[in-house]
Amino acid sequence: MLRYIIKRLLGMIPTLLVIITLAFFLIRLAPGGPFDTDKTLPEEIQLNLDKKYHLDESLLQQYFRYLWQLLQGDFGPSFHYQDYSVNELIETGFPVSLQLGLSAMILALLVGLSLGTLAALKQNTSADHLVMSFSMTGVSIPNFVIAPLLLLLFAVHLDWLPAGGWDSSRPSTIILPVLCLALPQIAYIARLTRASMIEVLHSNYIRTAFAKGLPMRLILMRHALKPTLLPIVSYLGPATAGVITGSVVIEKIFSIPGLGRFFVLGALNRDYTLVMGVVIFYGLLIILFNFIVDLLYAWLDPKVRY
Amino acid sequence: MNIQLVQQKFTICILFLITLLWVGMTFSAAAAEQILRKGNGPEPQSLDPHQSQGVSASNILRDLYEGLISEAPNGELIPGVAKRWQIDESGTHYTFYLREQAKWSNGDPVTAHDFVYSWRRIVNPQTGSAYAQTLAPILNANAIIQGEKDPTTLGVQALDDFTLAVKLQGPTPYFLGLLTHSTTYPLHAVTVKKYGNKFARAEHSVSNGAYQLTEWVVQSHIILKRNSRYWGDAKTRIHTVYYYPIEDQSTELKRYRAGEIDLTYGIPLNQYKWIKKHLAKEFHVAPYLGTYYYGFNLTKPPFKDNKKLRQALTMAIDREIIAEKVTGGGEIPAYGWVPPRVLNYQAQTFAWHKMDKTTRLAEARKLYHQAGYSKTNPLVVEVRYNTSENHKKIALAISSMWKKALGVRVKLLNEEWKVFLANRKQKLTQAFRSGWIADYNDAFSFAELLYSQHGINDTGYNNSDYDSLLKQSAIEKDPNKRRQLLEQAEQTMLADYPMMPVYFYVTKRLIKPYVRGYQGNIMDHHYTKNMHLAK
Amino acid sequence: MFRLKNTDITQPVKGRSLWQDARQRLIHNKAALVSATLLLTISLLVIFAPLFSPYALDDTDWEMMSIAPDWDSQHYFGTDALGRDLFVRTMHGGRISLLIGVVATLVSLVIGISYGAIAGYLGGRVDAIMMRVVDILYAMPFMFFVILLMVFFGRNILLIFIAIGAINWLDMARIVRGQTISLKNKEFIEAAEACGSSPLKIIRRHILPNLLGIVAVYVTLTIPQVILVESFLSFLGLGIQEPNTSWGALVNEGAQEMETAAWMLIFPASFLALTLFCFNFIGDGLRDAIDPKDR
Repeated sequence: MLRYIIKRLLGMIPTLLVIITLAFFLIRLAPGGPFDTDKTLPEEIQLNLDKKYHLDESLLQQYFRYLWQLLQGDFGPSFHYQDYSVNELIETGFPVSLQLGLSAMILALLVGLSLGTLAALKQNTSADHLVMSFSMTGVSIPNFVIAPLLLLLFAVHLDWLPAGGWDSSRPSTIILPVLCLALPQIAYIARLTRASMIEVLHSNYIRTAFAKGLPMRLILMRHALKPTLLPIVSYLGPATAGVITGSVVIEKIFSIPGLGRFFVLGALNRDYTLVMGVVIFYGLLIILFNFIVDLLYAWLDPKVRY
Repeated sequence: MNIQLVQQKFTICILFLITLLWVGMTFSAAAAEQILRKGNGPEPQSLDPHQSQGVSASNILRDLYEGLISEAPNGELIPGVAKRWQIDESGTHYTFYLREQAKWSNGDPVTAHDFVYSWRRIVNPQTGSAYAQTLAPILNANAIIQGEKDPTTLGVQALDDFTLAVKLQGPTPYFLGLLTHSTTYPLHAVTVKKYGNKFARAEHSVSNGAYQLTEWVVQSHIILKRNSRYWGDAKTRIHTVYYYPIEDQSTELKRYRAGEIDLTYGIPLNQYKWIKKHLAKEFHVAPYLGTYYYGFNLTKPPFKDNKKLRQALTMAIDREIIAEKVTGGGEIPAYGWVPPRVLNYQAQTFAWHKMDKTTRLAEARKLYHQAGYSKTNPLVVEVRYNTSENHKKIALAISSMWKKALGVRVKLLNEEWKVFLANRKQKLTQAFRSGWIADYNDAFSFAELLYSQHGINDTGYNNSDYDSLLKQSAIEKDPNKRRQLLEQAEQTMLADYPMMPVYFYVTKRLIKPYVRGYQGNIMDHHYTKNMHLAK
Repeated sequence: MFRLKNTDITQPVKGRSLWQDARQRLIHNKAALVSATLLLTISLLVIFAPLFSPYALDDTDWEMMSIAPDWDSQHYFGTDALGRDLFVRTMHGGRISLLIGVVATLVSLVIGISYGAIAGYLGGRVDAIMMRVVDILYAMPFMFFVILLMVFFGRNILLIFIAIGAINWLDMARIVRGQTISLKNKEFIEAAEACGSSPLKIIRRHILPNLLGIVAVYVTLTIPQVILVESFLSFLGLGIQEPNTSWGALVNEGAQEMETAAWMLIFPASFLALTLFCFNFIGDGLRDAIDPKDR
């Protein structure tokens, strides 16, 4: 197992390198620079800015300089938010995005698993159809429609919840964004769980357990749960990616100071370092998460052993 | 009971009462502590007055710092740090006498040296400030910016701690108005030198205005608390200001309606009708010193050397419909370049301004044919605009109007801001959208955009008569003669049709009824110290 | 009970191929059948319905801005903030959305199948390297690169096809490779190799047809994902260039006017949701039909 872990960790390096290189050259190829404004910039000042940020060096030189800084854990100064470095911006944005994303995933798993199990147990009854239609709706309506709808309902008309902002000390600000972010995942996980559980429940060893007279709860918890979870664990990788992308929408609609907003603004402002920082950060997260998922899969399925 | 005991008890009672009173006062002061919450558009990109760009940063800086000159709620110029000043006869020597009670938020006095330091810093090319040109009227400023002279040669000098002498290149009538601009604010030299580019952050920030920066969480909020050392602090009533960076105006409206914001940055344009219906009393509109226009690229076909075509297109649009129905309402149709209400200036208009619609369209069609186009040979033209709901709608409206009136085929190109800027500058465009907000309240701020050498003259307009009129106005001392020169320049330019004005900007925002002291003014400059809450 | 008397025992018993089994199961899946019919109706509508309306896609009308659905004026779905007819725009939007859905999926299909089949069939070192590349690419936050591409290189519909198609091919490649590997070891492939067919020919004639089932399932499940990605790009302001529109763009505009002009949201959103529903149901039905164990 240890060898596998080390092998995987080493394997992450080429992936990271590809991400860094691609992002670096892509954003620098884009027309327009970080200091273009609709006011005139005198030539002398432009030259000074270029020198300060090493934009006067060749692309390759800048690339290696960036890699070297990265190795020391320095993402560089933000080109646009000139009072801050990218490290500082990521430090403020990441905990928020993490809270948001993690809460959404946990909610999605809990609710999705429960709903899917319910539907599987009561297959072809009205409960099943209800869950499935809800699930279909969740994947068919984009969340930039659902979010403003819920915002209008709960924050403006009913005034039960705040309309925006993120304050970890006030749980009421967290409810709506997490819910909106989790909904598409709940829908998908419910579907997966239902399909998977139905298959598991029809297998021979479960039939044996029924024949033995074991109570349903015991069957579910001890025998059926682990194999049911397998396809869901496989889905967790793409689910994280989905939550990360979804958070861009949610953060915009609810004015949440997370990383997603930094990414979009960074791209629009040609804030090279900020965009690189966010992309690399997300890439790292996804890689790490996939790795954890693989380990989880091995634990759940005794047939898979490294 | 003996006397001493009674005296003791009496003293204790008095002390107790005084304590009670004091505690009561503190509590009531705290209870009456006023907090204002403002929506502030995009996140300010910097709170260093020399690096900040954009309105959202200026709004905050205006509360944090104070320049030589300040503004009254209606926009009139009033003394700021300078309590009085003298201008000599030539109009090029200014002497400012500073208040001696003016203090920084850490207790240090505000001196003339702080201004000298700050102004030298901004013109120094090493600072890399995009706004250094604001100080162009000052002697040697341009040369320093170009790197030809040393910053110490700038025409500003501290005669003593509280007297500032400024020398200008030429008589600049709008110079006092310029001194309200955030680029001219003083800086606390010790702080800047100690913390470098981090000096503007909450933990280090030292400012001389009515408020100081206490917290800045990027993308979340900025908190300002009253600066008790400000010389005018006794009049300040709002204790804390929250600035929220909310870019999406639909979201801002929702938060306003939920009672989380007291004052918005703008309004979502597509909900204008709803707002007028349901929130009419809280809706404030005021003219704003800016013009929304479409530029024609004069260096390439189809607009090169084709004045008749440009005039036809300019006449063919219906500005009233755009201003009333397309933008969301309230804008002022523009038949000239410099907006009305600019100080000391008479707004100019196109010669055909008063024509009725049918005559105007007929005339447009005639010119279109004379320019060489017709139904069988229609004009095919690119209209470029940067991403925004508003620009999109206006572009669609204008292309529809050109199509209906003249049969023009428009190709719409929506580009992202930086790409758009780059293409505009490199003159790869044909027709492009643009807007210009004045930096100071003077016609020259608009006129200079079309000067042939101006860095952002994206139309490529080059008329030597226009240029010479502008140059003359820059050295003209008589305000009336100067005004005539500028008006004449505008007429010359309008007759050449290098661009097509569409409307004059207005500011639109929602303000809760309990916010008092707000007054709409043409520069849209508001100081929180003038406001209070009547809750 | 089976009527033996009427059976003709002289005729050979017609076997049922796996395809026929699958088709039977599919036909009996009511949800899938209804979805297929609906999808067909929607496709016909978006192609032909605009011909019956007097309005064009970009006809602005200053007198009729943001009016509710109105039969007399022939604005069946109402108008938008510029007075353009919503019915025609919804249909045109459908054309673009479905076009993007199909073409982008095709792009990812072509890339994914070729990649996966070649890797799976050739096996060994080539397979290891190719799958390594897939692993590396799997961890890329693709969406961000798509956003960067759209921001920098403009709103070209070709770019949208390629960019979105490039997001999804990895899953396809993996699945195809898995199937190819299991097929590779079957006897009929061995026989073809013994006959001297070149690897390319084997891939083309034997492997690809056997992948059809699973690929069909994936295609129908990818199209809705692609349409959602396009709507996400529209939300960010990076979607299709005006005056063209897509359901995503229309839904985005409508979401902003929810309270004042609900029809601007309801009509495009219903079409979008319905279409996605149908694709999902058909995909599920295909999957059930082809592999009944998964039901």
